[in-house]
Amino acid sequence: MMNLIDEGGKRLDGRSFDQLRPFSMEAGLLKSASGSAYIEQGGNKILVGVYGPRDSRSRYGTNQDKAVLKCRYHMLPFSTEERKSPQPSRREIEISKVIRDALEPALLLEEFPRSVIDIYIEVLQSDGGSRGASITAASIALADAGIPMKDLVSAVAVGKVNGRLVLDLSDTEDKEGEVDLPIAVMLNSGLITLMQMDGKLSEDEFRQAIDLAMAGAKELREAQRKALVQKYFKEVNS
Amino acid sequence: MTMEDDKAGRYVLPGDFLGSGEYKSWANAIKIGDKFYATRVGVLEMGEDRIRVIPMSGPYIPKLGDVVIGKVIEVMPVAWTLDINSFFNAFLPAQHAFRSFDPEKDELSNKFKLGDLILASIAKVERGRDSMLSLDGEGLGKIEEGEVFRISQVKVPRLIGKKGSMVQKIEELTGAQIFVGQNGIIVAKGPAESITKVKRAIEIVETMAHMSGLTDKMGDLLR
Repeated sequence: MMNLIDEGGKRLDGRSFDQLRPFSMEAGLLKSASGSAYIEQGGNKILVGVYGPRDSRSRYGTNQDKAVLKCRYHMLPFSTEERKSPQPSRREIEISKVIRDALEPALLLEEFPRSVIDIYIEVLQSDGGSRGASITAASIALADAGIPMKDLVSAVAVGKVNGRLVLDLSDTEDKEGEVDLPIAVMLNSGLITLMQMDGKLSEDEFRQAIDLAMAGAKELREAQRKALVQKYFKEVNS
Repeated sequence: MTMEDDKAGRYVLPGDFLGSGEYKSWANAIKIGDKFYATRVGVLEMGEDRIRVIPMSGPYIPKLGDVVIGKVIEVMPVAWTLDINSFFNAFLPAQHAFRSFDPEKDELSNKFKLGDLILASIAKVERGRDSMLSLDGEGLGKIEEGEVFRISQVKVPRLIGKKGSMVQKIEELTGAQIFVGQNGIIVAKGPAESITKVKRAIEIVETMAHMSGLTDKMGDLLR
Protein backbone atom coordinates (compact mmCIF):
# COMPACT_ATOMS: atom_id res chain seq x y z
CA MET A 1 0.00 0.00 0.00
CA MET A 2 1.19 3.46 -0.88
CA ASN A 3 2.10 5.77 1.97
CA LEU A 4 -0.30 8.70 1.68
CA ILE A 5 0.07 10.23 5.14
CA ASP A 6 3.43 11.02 6.79
CA GLU A 7 4.34 10.61 10.48
CA GLY A 8 3.30 14.18 11.20
CA GLY A 9 -0.20 13.45 9.91
CA LYS A 10 0.29 15.51 6.75
CA ARG A 11 -1.07 14.27 3.45
CA LEU A 12 0.81 14.09 0.14
CA ASP A 13 -0.05 17.68 -0.73
CA GLY A 14 0.71 18.90 2.78
CA ARG A 15 -2.89 19.16 3.97
CA SER A 16 -4.14 18.02 7.35
CA PHE A 17 -6.89 15.37 7.45
CA ASP A 18 -9.75 17.90 7.72
CA GLN A 19 -8.55 20.41 5.18
CA LEU A 20 -10.09 21.11 1.78
CA ARG A 21 -7.94 21.60 -1.29
CA PRO A 22 -7.57 25.24 -2.38
CA PHE A 23 -10.72 26.35 -4.19
CA SER A 24 -12.21 29.33 -5.95
CA MET A 25 -15.64 29.92 -7.47
CA GLU A 26 -17.12 32.45 -9.84
CA ALA A 27 -20.75 33.08 -10.81
CA GLY A 28 -22.26 34.32 -14.05
CA LEU A 29 -19.30 34.46 -16.38
CA LEU A 30 -21.03 33.27 -19.55
CA LYS A 31 -23.10 35.84 -21.38
CA SER A 32 -25.35 33.66 -23.48
CA ALA A 33 -26.28 31.11 -20.82
CA SER A 34 -29.17 31.77 -18.42
CA GLY A 35 -26.79 31.07 -15.59
CA SER A 36 -23.20 29.93 -15.24
CA ALA A 37 -20.42 29.20 -12.79
CA TYR A 38 -16.78 28.22 -12.75
CA ILE A 39 -15.02 26.29 -10.02
CA GLU A 40 -11.47 25.32 -9.30
CA GLN A 41 -10.95 22.83 -6.51
CA GLY A 42 -7.57 21.19 -6.28
CA GLY A 43 -6.75 20.25 -9.87
CA ASN A 44 -10.37 20.42 -10.97
CA LYS A 45 -11.34 23.16 -13.39
CA ILE A 46 -15.01 22.95 -14.20
CA LEU A 47 -17.32 25.24 -16.16
CA VAL A 48 -21.09 24.99 -15.83
CA GLY A 49 -23.74 26.58 -18.04
CA VAL A 50 -27.48 26.47 -17.32
CA TYR A 51 -30.06 27.06 -20.03
CA GLY A 52 -33.73 27.51 -19.38
CA PRO A 53 -36.33 27.08 -18.24
CA ARG A 54 -37.32 26.88 -21.88
CA ASP A 55 -40.30 25.63 -23.80
CA SER A 56 -39.77 22.01 -24.73
CA ARG A 57 -40.45 21.85 -28.43
CA SER A 58 -41.68 18.28 -28.21
CA ARG A 59 -44.10 16.56 -25.90
CA TYR A 60 -41.71 13.70 -25.39
CA GLY A 61 -39.88 13.71 -22.08
CA THR A 62 -41.78 16.60 -20.54
CA ASN A 63 -43.89 16.75 -17.43
CA GLN A 64 -47.24 18.54 -17.21
CA ASP A 65 -46.67 19.43 -13.57
CA LYS A 66 -43.09 20.58 -13.39
CA ALA A 67 -39.95 21.36 -15.30
CA VAL A 68 -37.74 18.51 -16.40
CA LEU A 69 -34.14 18.83 -15.29
CA LYS A 70 -31.51 17.55 -17.70
CA CYS A 71 -27.86 17.31 -16.91
CA ARG A 72 -24.77 16.50 -18.93
CA TYR A 73 -21.43 15.99 -17.25
CA HIS A 74 -18.72 15.91 -19.84
CA MET A 75 -14.94 15.68 -19.71
CA LEU A 76 -13.04 17.45 -22.45
CA PRO A 77 -10.41 15.45 -24.38
CA PHE A 78 -7.59 17.41 -22.72
CA SER A 79 -8.96 17.17 -19.18
CA THR A 80 -7.06 13.99 -18.33
CA GLU A 81 -3.45 12.89 -18.67
CA GLU A 82 -4.23 10.70 -21.63
CA ARG A 83 -6.55 12.05 -24.26
CA LYS A 84 -10.08 11.18 -23.38
CA SER A 85 -12.45 10.32 -26.17
CA PRO A 86 -15.03 13.13 -26.39
CA GLN A 87 -17.81 10.58 -26.59
CA PRO A 88 -19.77 10.22 -23.39
CA SER A 89 -18.45 7.25 -21.47
CA ARG A 90 -20.46 4.98 -19.21
CA ARG A 91 -18.96 6.79 -16.23
CA GLU A 92 -19.96 10.23 -17.52
CA ILE A 93 -23.52 9.09 -18.15
CA GLU A 94 -23.74 7.77 -14.60
CA ILE A 95 -22.26 10.93 -13.10
CA SER A 96 -24.68 13.07 -15.13
CA LYS A 97 -27.52 11.16 -13.55
CA VAL A 98 -26.27 11.34 -9.97
CA ILE A 99 -25.58 15.06 -10.31
CA ARG A 100 -29.10 15.65 -11.57
CA ASP A 101 -30.52 13.61 -8.70
CA ALA A 102 -28.37 15.55 -6.22
CA LEU A 103 -29.63 18.93 -7.46
CA GLU A 104 -33.28 18.16 -8.14
CA PRO A 105 -34.48 17.97 -4.49
CA ALA A 106 -33.33 21.57 -3.96
CA LEU A 107 -35.17 23.04 -6.93
CA LEU A 108 -38.79 24.21 -7.07
CA LEU A 109 -39.37 22.76 -10.50
CA GLU A 110 -43.15 22.89 -10.18
CA GLU A 111 -43.01 26.62 -10.91
CA PHE A 112 -42.26 25.87 -14.56
CA PRO A 113 -44.57 23.09 -15.73
CA ARG A 114 -43.88 21.52 -19.13
CA SER A 115 -40.53 23.22 -19.55
CA VAL A 116 -36.95 22.00 -19.64
CA ILE A 117 -33.87 23.14 -17.73
CA ASP A 118 -30.50 22.05 -19.08
CA ILE A 119 -27.30 21.90 -17.07
CA TYR A 120 -24.10 21.51 -19.07
CA ILE A 121 -21.00 20.66 -17.09
CA GLU A 122 -17.66 20.76 -18.87
CA VAL A 123 -14.64 19.45 -17.03
CA LEU A 124 -11.66 21.35 -18.43
CA GLN A 125 -9.17 19.68 -16.13
CA SER A 126 -9.95 16.79 -13.84
CA ASP A 127 -8.78 15.73 -10.42
CA GLY A 128 -10.40 13.66 -7.69
CA GLY A 129 -13.88 14.64 -6.56
CA SER A 130 -15.02 16.18 -9.80
CA ARG A 131 -18.63 15.17 -9.26
CA GLY A 132 -18.71 17.04 -5.96
CA ALA A 133 -17.13 20.14 -7.47
CA SER A 134 -19.59 19.90 -10.38
CA ILE A 135 -22.57 19.84 -8.01
CA THR A 136 -21.22 22.77 -6.00
CA ALA A 137 -20.71 24.80 -9.20
CA ALA A 138 -23.99 23.74 -10.83
CA SER A 139 -25.85 24.94 -7.76
CA ILE A 140 -24.31 28.41 -8.18
CA ALA A 141 -25.17 28.40 -11.89
CA LEU A 142 -28.80 27.47 -11.15
CA ALA A 143 -29.08 30.29 -8.61
CA ASP A 144 -27.53 32.61 -11.18
CA ALA A 145 -30.15 31.50 -13.72
CA GLY A 146 -32.85 32.47 -11.21
CA ILE A 147 -34.24 28.96 -10.85
CA PRO A 148 -36.05 29.01 -7.50
CA MET A 149 -34.48 26.69 -4.94
CA LYS A 150 -34.90 25.79 -1.30
CA ASP A 151 -31.19 25.95 -0.65
CA LEU A 152 -27.83 25.75 -2.33
CA VAL A 153 -26.38 22.27 -2.64
CA SER A 154 -22.78 21.82 -1.54
CA ALA A 155 -20.82 18.66 -2.14
CA VAL A 156 -17.54 17.15 -1.02
CA ALA A 157 -15.99 13.70 -0.70
CA VAL A 158 -14.63 12.07 2.43
CA GLY A 159 -12.33 9.09 2.22
CA LYS A 160 -10.15 6.73 4.15
CA VAL A 161 -6.47 6.52 3.34
CA ASN A 162 -3.91 4.53 5.32
CA GLY A 163 -6.66 3.82 7.85
CA ARG A 164 -7.49 7.48 8.50
CA LEU A 165 -10.51 9.52 7.53
CA VAL A 166 -9.64 12.49 5.34
CA LEU A 167 -11.63 15.28 3.73
CA ASP A 168 -11.77 16.15 0.02
CA LEU A 169 -9.80 13.39 -1.70
CA SER A 170 -7.26 14.19 -4.37
CA ASP A 171 -6.97 11.95 -7.41
CA THR A 172 -4.16 9.85 -5.89
CA GLU A 173 -5.94 9.49 -2.57
CA ASP A 174 -9.06 8.44 -4.41
CA LYS A 175 -7.24 5.79 -6.43
CA GLU A 176 -4.88 4.48 -3.72
CA GLY A 177 -7.13 4.95 -0.71
CA GLU A 178 -9.51 2.44 0.84
CA VAL A 179 -12.75 4.42 0.85
CA ASP A 180 -14.34 7.18 -1.24
CA LEU A 181 -17.58 8.67 0.04
CA PRO A 182 -18.93 11.65 -1.93
CA ILE A 183 -21.73 13.56 -0.21
CA ALA A 184 -23.97 16.41 -1.36
CA VAL A 185 -26.03 18.29 1.19
CA MET A 186 -28.54 21.11 1.59
CA LEU A 187 -27.15 22.58 4.78
CA ASN A 188 -30.24 24.46 5.97
CA SER A 189 -32.21 21.29 6.41
CA GLY A 190 -29.28 18.89 6.60
CA LEU A 191 -30.88 16.93 3.78
CA ILE A 192 -28.33 14.73 2.01
CA THR A 193 -29.02 14.54 -1.71
CA LEU A 194 -26.09 12.42 -2.81
CA MET A 195 -24.22 9.68 -1.07
CA GLN A 196 -22.16 7.03 -2.78
CA MET A 197 -19.53 4.81 -1.26
CA ASP A 198 -16.64 2.75 -2.54
CA GLY A 199 -15.01 0.52 0.08
CA LYS A 200 -15.95 -0.22 3.65
CA LEU A 201 -16.35 1.84 6.84
CA SER A 202 -17.40 0.82 10.33
CA GLU A 203 -20.54 2.48 11.68
CA ASP A 204 -18.43 4.67 13.91
CA GLU A 205 -16.15 5.75 11.10
CA PHE A 206 -19.17 6.41 8.95
CA ARG A 207 -20.61 8.86 11.47
CA GLN A 208 -17.31 10.64 11.76
CA ALA A 209 -17.05 10.76 7.97
CA ILE A 210 -20.45 12.47 7.73
CA ASP A 211 -19.40 15.06 10.34
CA LEU A 212 -16.21 15.70 8.42
CA ALA A 213 -18.15 16.12 5.17
CA MET A 214 -20.61 18.54 6.79
CA ALA A 215 -17.79 20.74 8.01
CA GLY A 216 -16.25 20.73 4.54
CA ALA A 217 -19.58 21.46 2.86
CA LYS A 218 -20.09 24.41 5.19
CA GLU A 219 -16.85 25.94 4.04
CA LEU A 220 -17.75 25.39 0.40
CA ARG A 221 -21.18 26.89 0.93
CA GLU A 222 -19.63 30.11 2.18
CA ALA A 223 -17.64 30.28 -1.05
CA GLN A 224 -20.75 29.60 -3.13
CA ARG A 225 -22.48 32.48 -1.39
CA LYS A 226 -19.47 34.72 -1.89
CA ALA A 227 -19.43 33.98 -5.63
CA LEU A 228 -23.09 35.03 -5.94
CA VAL A 229 -22.61 38.11 -3.76
CA GLN A 230 -19.63 39.06 -5.90
CA LYS A 231 -21.72 38.93 -9.04
CA TYR A 232 -24.95 40.52 -7.83
CA PHE A 233 -24.16 42.81 -4.93
CA LYS A 234 -20.59 43.89 -5.34
CA GLU A 235 -21.29 47.06 -7.28
CA VAL A 236 -24.21 47.83 -5.02
CA ASN A 237 -22.12 47.83 -1.86
CA SER A 238 -19.19 49.73 -3.26
CA MET B 1 -44.57 42.18 12.24
CA THR B 2 -41.60 40.68 14.01
CA MET B 3 -38.20 41.90 14.97
CA GLU B 4 -36.87 40.88 11.57
CA ASP B 5 -38.53 43.92 9.99
CA ASP B 6 -35.26 45.79 9.83
CA LYS B 7 -33.95 43.15 7.49
CA ALA B 8 -36.09 44.56 4.69
CA GLY B 9 -34.06 45.98 1.86
CA ARG B 10 -31.16 43.66 2.40
CA TYR B 11 -29.77 41.36 -0.24
CA VAL B 12 -30.58 37.70 0.02
CA LEU B 13 -29.45 34.44 -1.58
CA PRO B 14 -31.31 31.15 -1.99
CA GLY B 15 -31.62 29.39 1.36
CA ASP B 16 -31.23 32.57 3.43
CA PHE B 17 -33.46 32.84 6.48
CA LEU B 18 -35.81 35.79 6.01
CA GLY B 19 -37.92 35.79 9.12
CA SER B 20 -40.69 33.98 10.90
CA GLY B 21 -44.23 34.97 11.59
CA GLU B 22 -47.74 35.02 10.26
CA TYR B 23 -47.21 36.29 6.77
CA LYS B 24 -50.26 35.86 4.56
CA SER B 25 -48.48 36.05 1.24
CA TRP B 26 -44.96 35.51 0.07
CA ALA B 27 -43.12 35.49 -3.23
CA ASN B 28 -39.77 33.97 -4.16
CA ALA B 29 -39.65 32.57 -0.67
CA ILE B 30 -40.53 29.22 0.82
CA LYS B 31 -42.26 28.48 4.11
CA ILE B 32 -40.85 25.67 6.21
CA GLY B 33 -42.69 25.34 9.50
CA ASP B 34 -43.21 28.99 10.41
CA LYS B 35 -39.89 30.10 8.97
CA PHE B 36 -39.36 31.74 5.61
CA TYR B 37 -36.35 31.24 3.38
CA ALA B 38 -35.40 32.97 0.13
CA THR B 39 -35.54 30.90 -3.03
CA ARG B 40 -33.80 33.35 -5.37
CA VAL B 41 -31.06 35.94 -5.46
CA GLY B 42 -32.68 39.30 -4.79
CA VAL B 43 -33.70 42.11 -2.50
CA LEU B 44 -35.92 41.47 0.50
CA GLU B 45 -39.16 43.37 0.86
CA MET B 46 -41.33 43.02 3.94
CA GLY B 47 -44.79 44.40 4.61
CA GLU B 48 -47.41 44.05 7.34
CA ASP B 49 -48.42 40.58 6.32
CA ARG B 50 -46.35 39.86 3.25
CA ILE B 51 -42.79 38.96 2.55
CA ARG B 52 -41.14 38.84 -0.82
CA VAL B 53 -37.85 38.74 -2.62
CA ILE B 54 -37.53 40.94 -5.69
CA PRO B 55 -35.41 38.72 -7.92
CA MET B 56 -32.23 39.93 -9.59
CA SER B 57 -32.10 37.18 -12.18
CA GLY B 58 -34.37 34.66 -13.78
CA PRO B 59 -36.65 33.93 -16.69
CA TYR B 60 -39.48 36.15 -17.89
CA ILE B 61 -42.78 34.98 -16.42
CA PRO B 62 -45.76 36.31 -18.43
CA LYS B 63 -48.09 38.62 -16.50
CA LEU B 64 -51.51 39.79 -17.58
CA GLY B 65 -51.30 43.12 -19.36
CA ASP B 66 -47.55 43.06 -19.99
CA VAL B 67 -46.50 44.43 -23.35
CA VAL B 68 -43.98 42.06 -24.90
CA ILE B 69 -42.09 41.64 -28.14
CA GLY B 70 -42.46 38.20 -29.68
CA LYS B 71 -41.11 36.50 -32.77
CA VAL B 72 -43.39 34.46 -35.01
CA ILE B 73 -42.12 30.90 -34.96
CA GLU B 74 -45.15 29.13 -36.39
CA VAL B 75 -48.11 30.10 -38.56
CA MET B 76 -51.09 27.90 -37.82
CA PRO B 77 -54.53 27.91 -39.50
CA VAL B 78 -56.17 30.25 -36.98
CA ALA B 79 -53.32 31.61 -34.86
CA TRP B 80 -49.65 32.44 -34.73
CA THR B 81 -47.19 30.99 -32.24
CA LEU B 82 -44.73 33.52 -30.88
CA ASP B 83 -41.51 33.04 -29.00
CA ILE B 84 -41.74 35.55 -26.14
CA ASN B 85 -38.40 34.77 -24.50
CA SER B 86 -40.10 32.83 -21.73
CA PHE B 87 -40.35 29.17 -20.83
CA PHE B 88 -43.60 29.03 -22.82
CA ASN B 89 -44.51 30.25 -26.25
CA ALA B 90 -47.57 32.44 -26.72
CA PHE B 91 -50.53 32.32 -29.08
CA LEU B 92 -51.85 35.24 -31.04
CA PRO B 93 -55.31 34.35 -32.38
CA ALA B 94 -55.97 35.49 -35.94
CA GLN B 95 -59.05 37.56 -35.10
CA HIS B 96 -56.77 40.13 -33.46
CA ALA B 97 -55.09 40.88 -36.75
CA PHE B 98 -58.00 40.72 -39.22
CA ARG B 99 -61.00 42.98 -39.00
CA SER B 100 -63.47 40.13 -39.42
CA PHE B 101 -61.50 36.95 -39.62
CA ASP B 102 -62.68 34.27 -42.01
CA PRO B 103 -60.49 31.15 -41.87
CA GLU B 104 -61.54 30.17 -45.41
CA LYS B 105 -60.60 33.47 -47.02
CA ASP B 106 -57.87 35.00 -44.90
CA GLU B 107 -54.33 33.70 -45.13
CA LEU B 108 -52.40 34.31 -41.92
CA SER B 109 -48.99 34.56 -43.50
CA ASN B 110 -50.17 37.57 -45.52
CA LYS B 111 -50.36 39.45 -42.24
CA PHE B 112 -47.45 38.13 -40.17
CA LYS B 113 -44.80 35.81 -41.56
CA LEU B 114 -42.31 33.51 -39.86
CA GLY B 115 -39.65 35.61 -38.17
CA ASP B 116 -41.76 38.78 -37.88
CA LEU B 117 -41.45 40.70 -34.65
CA ILE B 118 -44.71 41.69 -33.02
CA LEU B 119 -45.46 44.04 -30.16
CA ALA B 120 -48.39 42.53 -28.29
CA SER B 121 -49.94 42.46 -24.85
CA ILE B 122 -50.50 39.40 -22.69
CA ALA B 123 -54.25 38.77 -22.64
CA LYS B 124 -54.47 35.51 -20.74
CA VAL B 125 -52.13 33.51 -18.56
CA GLU B 126 -52.85 29.99 -17.41
CA ARG B 127 -50.61 27.71 -15.41
CA GLY B 128 -49.08 25.04 -17.58
CA ARG B 129 -50.44 26.52 -20.80
CA ASP B 130 -49.09 28.83 -23.44
CA SER B 131 -50.28 32.35 -22.77
CA MET B 132 -52.60 34.24 -25.11
CA LEU B 133 -51.69 37.51 -26.77
CA SER B 134 -53.76 40.42 -27.98
CA LEU B 135 -53.16 43.40 -30.23
CA ASP B 136 -55.76 45.62 -28.55
CA GLY B 137 -53.93 48.71 -27.44
CA GLU B 138 -52.12 51.69 -28.80
CA GLY B 139 -49.14 51.01 -31.01
CA LEU B 140 -49.40 47.22 -30.84
CA GLY B 141 -48.69 45.22 -33.97
CA LYS B 142 -45.87 44.29 -36.26
CA ILE B 143 -42.53 46.02 -35.83
CA GLU B 144 -41.49 46.68 -39.42
CA GLU B 145 -37.78 47.22 -38.96
CA GLY B 146 -35.09 47.73 -36.38
CA GLU B 147 -32.23 46.19 -34.52
CA VAL B 148 -32.98 43.61 -31.83
CA PHE B 149 -31.34 43.73 -28.40
CA ARG B 150 -31.82 41.70 -25.28
CA ILE B 151 -31.63 42.66 -21.66
CA SER B 152 -32.22 40.61 -18.52
CA GLN B 153 -35.97 40.89 -17.88
CA VAL B 154 -35.37 41.94 -14.27
CA LYS B 155 -33.72 45.11 -15.59
CA VAL B 156 -36.58 46.08 -17.89
CA PRO B 157 -38.27 48.34 -15.31
CA ARG B 158 -34.98 50.23 -15.00
CA LEU B 159 -34.70 50.58 -18.78
CA ILE B 160 -38.23 51.93 -18.99
CA GLY B 161 -37.78 54.18 -15.95
CA LYS B 162 -40.41 56.03 -13.97
CA LYS B 163 -43.35 56.58 -16.33
CA GLY B 164 -41.06 55.79 -19.24
CA SER B 165 -38.55 58.50 -18.36
CA MET B 166 -35.45 56.41 -19.08
CA VAL B 167 -36.52 55.12 -22.46
CA GLN B 168 -37.67 58.62 -23.45
CA LYS B 169 -34.33 60.01 -22.39
CA ILE B 170 -32.46 57.40 -24.45
CA GLU B 171 -34.66 58.13 -27.48
CA GLU B 172 -33.91 61.83 -27.04
CA LEU B 173 -30.17 61.29 -26.71
CA THR B 174 -29.83 58.82 -29.56
CA GLY B 175 -32.52 59.88 -31.98
CA ALA B 176 -33.72 56.32 -32.33
CA GLN B 177 -37.21 54.97 -31.83
CA ILE B 178 -37.20 52.25 -29.19
CA PHE B 179 -39.69 49.49 -28.42
CA VAL B 180 -39.21 47.75 -25.09
CA GLY B 181 -40.94 44.48 -24.26
CA GLN B 182 -41.42 43.49 -20.61
CA ASN B 183 -39.87 40.19 -21.65
CA GLY B 184 -36.45 41.75 -22.15
CA ILE B 185 -36.57 42.11 -25.94
CA ILE B 186 -35.81 45.56 -27.29
CA VAL B 187 -36.10 46.82 -30.87
CA ALA B 188 -34.45 50.09 -31.90
CA LYS B 189 -35.15 51.86 -35.17
CA GLY B 190 -33.04 54.63 -36.64
CA PRO B 191 -29.81 55.43 -38.47
CA ALA B 192 -26.72 53.32 -37.77
CA GLU B 193 -25.03 55.78 -35.40
CA SER B 194 -28.21 56.02 -33.30
CA ILE B 195 -28.33 52.24 -33.06
CA THR B 196 -24.73 52.13 -31.84
CA LYS B 197 -25.62 54.62 -29.13
CA VAL B 198 -28.72 52.65 -28.15
CA LYS B 199 -26.55 49.56 -27.78
CA ARG B 200 -24.25 51.51 -25.44
CA ALA B 201 -27.21 52.84 -23.47
CA ILE B 202 -28.61 49.34 -22.98
CA GLU B 203 -25.23 48.11 -21.80
CA ILE B 204 -25.06 50.99 -19.34
CA VAL B 205 -28.48 50.13 -17.91
CA GLU B 206 -27.56 46.44 -17.79
CA THR B 207 -24.35 46.99 -15.84
CA MET B 208 -25.32 50.01 -13.73
CA ALA B 209 -28.98 49.30 -13.03
CA HIS B 210 -28.36 49.77 -9.31
CA MET B 211 -27.03 53.33 -9.67
CA SER B 212 -29.37 56.03 -8.44
CA GLY B 213 -30.16 58.94 -10.71
CA LEU B 214 -29.04 56.96 -13.73
CA THR B 215 -31.55 58.66 -16.01
CA ASP B 216 -29.94 62.06 -15.39
CA LYS B 217 -26.44 60.68 -15.77
CA MET B 218 -27.23 58.93 -19.03
CA GLY B 219 -26.37 62.00 -21.12
CA ASP B 220 -22.84 62.16 -19.73
CA LEU B 221 -22.34 58.41 -19.86
CA LEU B 222 -23.31 58.22 -23.52
CA ARG B 223 -20.96 60.99 -24.59
